[in-house]
Amino acid sequence: MNRINQKLQEDKKLLSIYFTAGYPNINDTVNTIQNLEKSGVDMIEIGLPFSDPLADGPTIQDSSTRALKNGMTSELLFQQLKDIRKTVSIPLIIMGYFNPMLQYGVEAFCKKCQEIGIDGLIIPDLPVDVYHDEYKSTFDKYGLINVFLITPQTSEERIRYIDSVSDGFIYMVSSASTTGAKSGFGDEQEDYFTRVSNMNLKNPQIVGFGISNNDTFTQATKHAKGAIIGSAFIKYVTANGIENLEHFTSPILGK
Amino acid sequence: MSYNINDKGYYGEFGGAYIPEMLYPNIEELRQNYLKITAEESFQKEFHRLLKDYVGRPSPLYFAKRLSEKYNTKIYLKREDLNHTGAHKVNNTIGQILLAQRLGKTRIIAETGAGQHGVATATVCALMGIECVVYMGEVDIARQAPNVARMKMLGAKVVPALSGSRTLKDATNEAMRDWINNPVNTHYIVGSVVGPHPYPDMVARFQAVVSEEIKNQLLEKEDTENPDYLIACVGGGSNAAGTYYHYLDNTDVNIIAVEAAGKGIDTGESAATSVLGKEGIIHGSKTLLMQTGDGQITEPYSISAGLDYPGVGPMHANLYKTGRAEFISITDDEAMTAGLELSQLEGIIPAIETSHALAVFEHKTFKPEDIIVLNLSGRGDKDLQNYIDYFKL
Repeated sequence: MNRINQKLQEDKKLLSIYFTAGYPNINDTVNTIQNLEKSGVDMIEIGLPFSDPLADGPTIQDSSTRALKNGMTSELLFQQLKDIRKTVSIPLIIMGYFNPMLQYGVEAFCKKCQEIGIDGLIIPDLPVDVYHDEYKSTFDKYGLINVFLITPQTSEERIRYIDSVSDGFIYMVSSASTTGAKSGFGDEQEDYFTRVSNMNLKNPQIVGFGISNNDTFTQATKHAKGAIIGSAFIKYVTANGIENLEHFTSPILGK
Repeated sequence: MSYNINDKGYYGEFGGAYIPEMLYPNIEELRQNYLKITAEESFQKEFHRLLKDYVGRPSPLYFAKRLSEKYNTKIYLKREDLNHTGAHKVNNTIGQILLAQRLGKTRIIAETGAGQHGVATATVCALMGIECVVYMGEVDIARQAPNVARMKMLGAKVVPALSGSRTLKDATNEAMRDWINNPVNTHYIVGSVVGPHPYPDMVARFQAVVSEEIKNQLLEKEDTENPDYLIACVGGGSNAAGTYYHYLDNTDVNIIAVEAAGKGIDTGESAATSVLGKEGIIHGSKTLLMQTGDGQITEPYSISAGLDYPGVGPMHANLYKTGRAEFISITDDEAMTAGLELSQLEGIIPAIETSHALAVFEHKTFKPEDIIVLNLSGRGDKDLQNYIDYFKL
């Protein structure tokens, strides 16, 4: 069974952290992953930086620009992660835009992910219907779970379609925004979380965007299986570096 | 075989809508409504009334006698430079503002490079009394001060794009991010035949007024609807799409697309996407784009701010791939020389974008009896400083 599915069966709310590979320093990737696991994180999204990250706000844009200047590429990321499964056992997901994967070759990219022990991918600009028609069989062949996003504007019909194509979890974007744009949740989010929860989807949901502390983590996971933190973590490592990451995660988990 | 869009939103293998889910409702709303709304009689009536009375259409199809004599062929210029705001861009912004109104949108956003599309958008927003925000790269704001002033005078808010290379592609990213953050009340007026489906088709249809007029005007002047050649410059490719539109599937008519070679194809400072680009995804569209081997989008260069886009519309990528159009790359120097030549032979100062198209006559020999229609897509007022600096006038 895929590590993501195993993790989703655990009887706890999951904390997933996004970071940009090759940031702040080019060789920080592996240490960041190891330190995040030690700090109690349940799942990690490794950001493959892209020159034109449409869905991201300034924090992740800046970390991506820096990582690319540091020399990060798909090939280098795969080299850095080559032995990651010797030391890390939690689920690892690569999150990146479609063009770099397309240039690497989608099949070659998936094959490499399997060799390394990557469990899934999140590709914000690969539409679900294109995935379904052209790439799903390749992802399946290499045992990779592809994770799709939904937003407060996503219709019920489309949520059900995305649920039918998914076989891991659904990434619930908390509000209509780019990453890091808003913090905190209002009634609108509470209604949306409840609405989706009541749909009894086959895939659990993990909430992302707008989560930065224990309050928002608790709110987001009231109905959902877990929460993803990205921009707030990037800001943290920008200021504090990648050591002692429990200083970041413990307060969020209320420890 | 058709060179127009198919029902899935692709030109051959190019096009589609590779967008984050956050943009799906906006794009889907457009996709479901654009053909229906633009086909309505009331829409068509208002669109054509504004094109006639406000823009000043039809634009003349002018026989350029002295230019024709010099190159020993028959050259007609489609005078889009005489449109209100000075270029073809306004054909599209008029269409999209009417569409936005019918979709109940109360706020308009746009991207701009040289500022021509920004000015055309700010103009129609002033005309309709709708809030307008234009994203423009910080670098371009510094280079194109007169157009920034125009937009401000027209009541638009000009927001500098500070990310990436701070030029057109980054302004487009910022506009898309704005749209993600304002999905309900806002319409994004994309300025070229780029972006996710249905934009390339929608913008091409609004610009198609150009080829529709060419057919009628040529019939009157030459007793045939068909020229032997159509010539247009291509950045994203909206004036070219408008020029070719009604002739796409008429292979009696040859199509020439002119790209900016910048300082030369092999210099690393070029915007000739068909030669230097590879298939990939930019701004939601599968097309040809300039990128690194690792799939990072690179920054193009041209002396013309309207041609330095790292991608090209999916229609044009398909015209290139299928060989339907001949693609020619023109350097900065060749373009500037052609611009000066038109000024002194015909008394028309062209935009530097258009000067690239005009330079084709030094590159390719036409027969004396050939009928050529070239889209004179914009006037050179905005480029005067560039011409002055280049020629030390």
